[in-house]
Amino acid sequence: MEGKAFPKKIKKEEPTVIDSLNHLPRPNQNHASLAEHFSDLAPPLTDRQAVLEASRCLYCYDAPCVNACPSEIDIPSFIRNIHQENVQGAAQKILSANILGGSCARVCPTEILCQQACVRNNHQECAPVLIGLLQRYAVDHAEFQQHPFQRAASTGKRIAVVGAGPAGLSCAHRLAWHGHDVVIFEAREKAGGLNEYGIAKYKLVDDFAQREVDFVLQIGGIEIRHGQVLGDNLSLAELQQQFDAVFLGLGLNTVRQLGLASEGAPGMLAATEYIRELRQADDLTTLPVADRCIVLGAGNTAIDMAVQMARLGARDVNLVYRRGVEDMGATEHEQHIAKENQVRLLTWAQPEEVLLDDQGRVCGMRFARTHMCDGRLQPTGETFELAADAIFKAIGQAFDDSALSDSSGQQLARDGERIRVDEQLRTSLPGVYAGGDCTQLGQDLTVQAVQHGKLAAEAMHAHLMLNVEAA
Amino acid sequence: MADLSIEFAGIKAPNPFWLASAPPTDKAYNVVRAYQAGWGGVVWKTLGEDPAAVNVSSRYSAHYGVNREVMGINNIELITDRSLEINLREITQVKKDWPDRALIVSLMVPCVEESWKAILPLVEATGADGIELNFGCPHGMPERGMGAAVGQVPEYVEQVTRWCKTYCSLPVIVKLTPNITDIRQSARAAHRGGADAVSLINTINSITSVDLERMVANPIVGDMSTHGGYCGSAVKPIALNMVAEIARDPATHGLPICGIGGIGSWRDAAEFVALGCGAVQVCTAAMLHGFRIVDEMKDGLSRWMDSQGYRSLQEFQGRAVGHTTDWKYLDINYQVVAKIDQAACISCGRCHIACEDTSHQAIANLKQADGSHRYEVIDAECVGCNLCQITCPVQDCIEMVPQDTGKPFLDWLHDPRNPYREAS
Repeated sequence: MEGKAFPKKIKKEEPTVIDSLNHLPRPNQNHASLAEHFSDLAPPLTDRQAVLEASRCLYCYDAPCVNACPSEIDIPSFIRNIHQENVQGAAQKILSANILGGSCARVCPTEILCQQACVRNNHQECAPVLIGLLQRYAVDHAEFQQHPFQRAASTGKRIAVVGAGPAGLSCAHRLAWHGHDVVIFEAREKAGGLNEYGIAKYKLVDDFAQREVDFVLQIGGIEIRHGQVLGDNLSLAELQQQFDAVFLGLGLNTVRQLGLASEGAPGMLAATEYIRELRQADDLTTLPVADRCIVLGAGNTAIDMAVQMARLGARDVNLVYRRGVEDMGATEHEQHIAKENQVRLLTWAQPEEVLLDDQGRVCGMRFARTHMCDGRLQPTGETFELAADAIFKAIGQAFDDSALSDSSGQQLARDGERIRVDEQLRTSLPGVYAGGDCTQLGQDLTVQAVQHGKLAAEAMHAHLMLNVEAA
Repeated sequence: MADLSIEFAGIKAPNPFWLASAPPTDKAYNVVRAYQAGWGGVVWKTLGEDPAAVNVSSRYSAHYGVNREVMGINNIELITDRSLEINLREITQVKKDWPDRALIVSLMVPCVEESWKAILPLVEATGADGIELNFGCPHGMPERGMGAAVGQVPEYVEQVTRWCKTYCSLPVIVKLTPNITDIRQSARAAHRGGADAVSLINTINSITSVDLERMVANPIVGDMSTHGGYCGSAVKPIALNMVAEIARDPATHGLPICGIGGIGSWRDAAEFVALGCGAVQVCTAAMLHGFRIVDEMKDGLSRWMDSQGYRSLQEFQGRAVGHTTDWKYLDINYQVVAKIDQAACISCGRCHIACEDTSHQAIANLKQADGSHRYEVIDAECVGCNLCQITCPVQDCIEMVPQDTGKPFLDWLHDPRNPYREAS
């Protein structure tokens, strides 16, 4: 696996921010005042708030919150530890189930997971326990003298993990814990996946994602090689030959297309591209801002994009969705954030044409109004136009097929475009496992990816050690 | 509104809420503020012989609940640390200024007749309404042969009470220590000595907590500690039991009882009255919240009395005494079974795990198709212990429903399963 050339461009077909939006103005505020708009959306709990909130937990048995947590964190136990001023114990309990418990505490849509299930999420009980913030409190305040998990004796097994996102990191950590040696192959310059490149800046602030990666690697036995792109300078067949097992945590690396003419025109960009640029920017004043912009989509990424553009100073941010509010993927909590940031929501309208000015740049979009007719989404025949300096697509990401272009990759069974796995995260190829967003199993959430990585590691470990004993 | 005024052991007061002998009643300033706030009476902090006691620093420590609410306070403070002369002068003035309020003087002098003979006329001359004998202080004073050292020996209780009745015409209230095995022995001794009333309980020997870094119990004096006296809501159950024991003891029948121990609300007070008390004393709740709490206590008590049709305290005083008995007289055929109100249940599972692990496996955990849980009582297994109702966080969600067993009243004395049953 000697170093091959660093690929020049990771996504060849998608325009970069600079290419697409360079003609737009920059924010008319200085970096410090802009940065204030990107500080913690939900401020951390103080000591007193944490103890008060912890005391609200009823310490349920067979607790609904645990059943609702994709990574099966023992929530009543860690909250009881917080209340008994055992913050280290609380953090270790969380991290033993979810090594990325710090970022999950920040980015999980708790309102549809643990906090929705909380028995106190009942008007008689006022409000659910703030589980996400308590988890963050525990992980942030724990001070471990050394990494809280000690590696088992070396097994001599070497495992390849492709992708240093939440699934890959979780898998690698659990494998290292069991005594295996792990090499992570990562395409980008930094590890962390969407935590580093894809989460709204105000949800995961400063360099938390990198600090968390450092914490994961503290366990030892994990090497990360950057600039390694499956399907480009790396092939699945090679990995199968050189390692005892392979885990694919590839994520979703392409953006869905609208299928309209001029989709590549200046001013038209994937929301994920912009968010990545925003998260990596040391100086927010260098970012192009679309004073009037349109965000297409209805998921949490669409909300993240719209809100961040509003916070950068855009005056007119329109979120346009082809169906109704009740069909939106974004949670009510996310929709509320959008409203608080003066994002205008337009429903029942689908893009019909990208409008260009005489220089060929985006100047607006024409939409067809829609309605449900015989159970299908249909245009009503009516159209309208919205002026915009930029249009951000947040209509979903798709699996990038080019990663599996080699002979082994082509043999992998699929569920639609994604990789088929069973409940032990096994693909159709022996010794090859997969998890996270590149599989169809479960929801497309960070916490789900962490759980996949963990379960895959356990399955790989059980399988590899079974063979050792048999030999 | 119901009439809250009382006459207790010959002492009149506009309401039954008195402040107990303790720091809140240490001097005229506090007592006047208490009267201004509306307290019906005050037991002045215990007087002793000069020279006055000397106190240490620090003095209190607490036992906390999960929300840092104070369950109980422990103190190592002694009786008054001011001279007898100053106290007597202030008592005289306060009583003169507040003639309608009860003012009782707490006393503690050595267990010799001459000491009592000397102090009693001085107290009587103040115009106070009565005296309370502090036979309960569990720290400091017993080492000097006073306080609980007297209260723990019935013969001493009887003797000192008799001296007081001999050398003083004021009503004598004997304050009992709970640091004994059978409270009735102390009450009977006071009764024999001629006591006009008993008040209880004084504080309970206690250590509330240990500072695990300094490895010393709280409160800390230098790098040492000592046991103190425990009070506050945590001691209420102990106090209620001791009050009931005396109230239903034929040997002390009719002896007025002033209830003390964890009273912080009108409901607490009403419970003590229902078990036979004619007045109550409050300390810890006032120390935690100030004298203003008497306002809600008076208002709540009189409104509740109105709702029940009670015009005066006497109308419900002792009503619960007749319903308190020995275990052997309980109906062994009585049966209650838990019933869960499914509409109110929030599915926390606490009733299930409590019953499953520690009781009778009488609450089934039924997993529903949608992944939620339904908890159902298995009637045949339920012994009616109340544990599920106790652990349930939702008020009135679990009801203990009396069952029609069709069986007659049967107590253990007559139960055929009792090998020592009485012949019927």
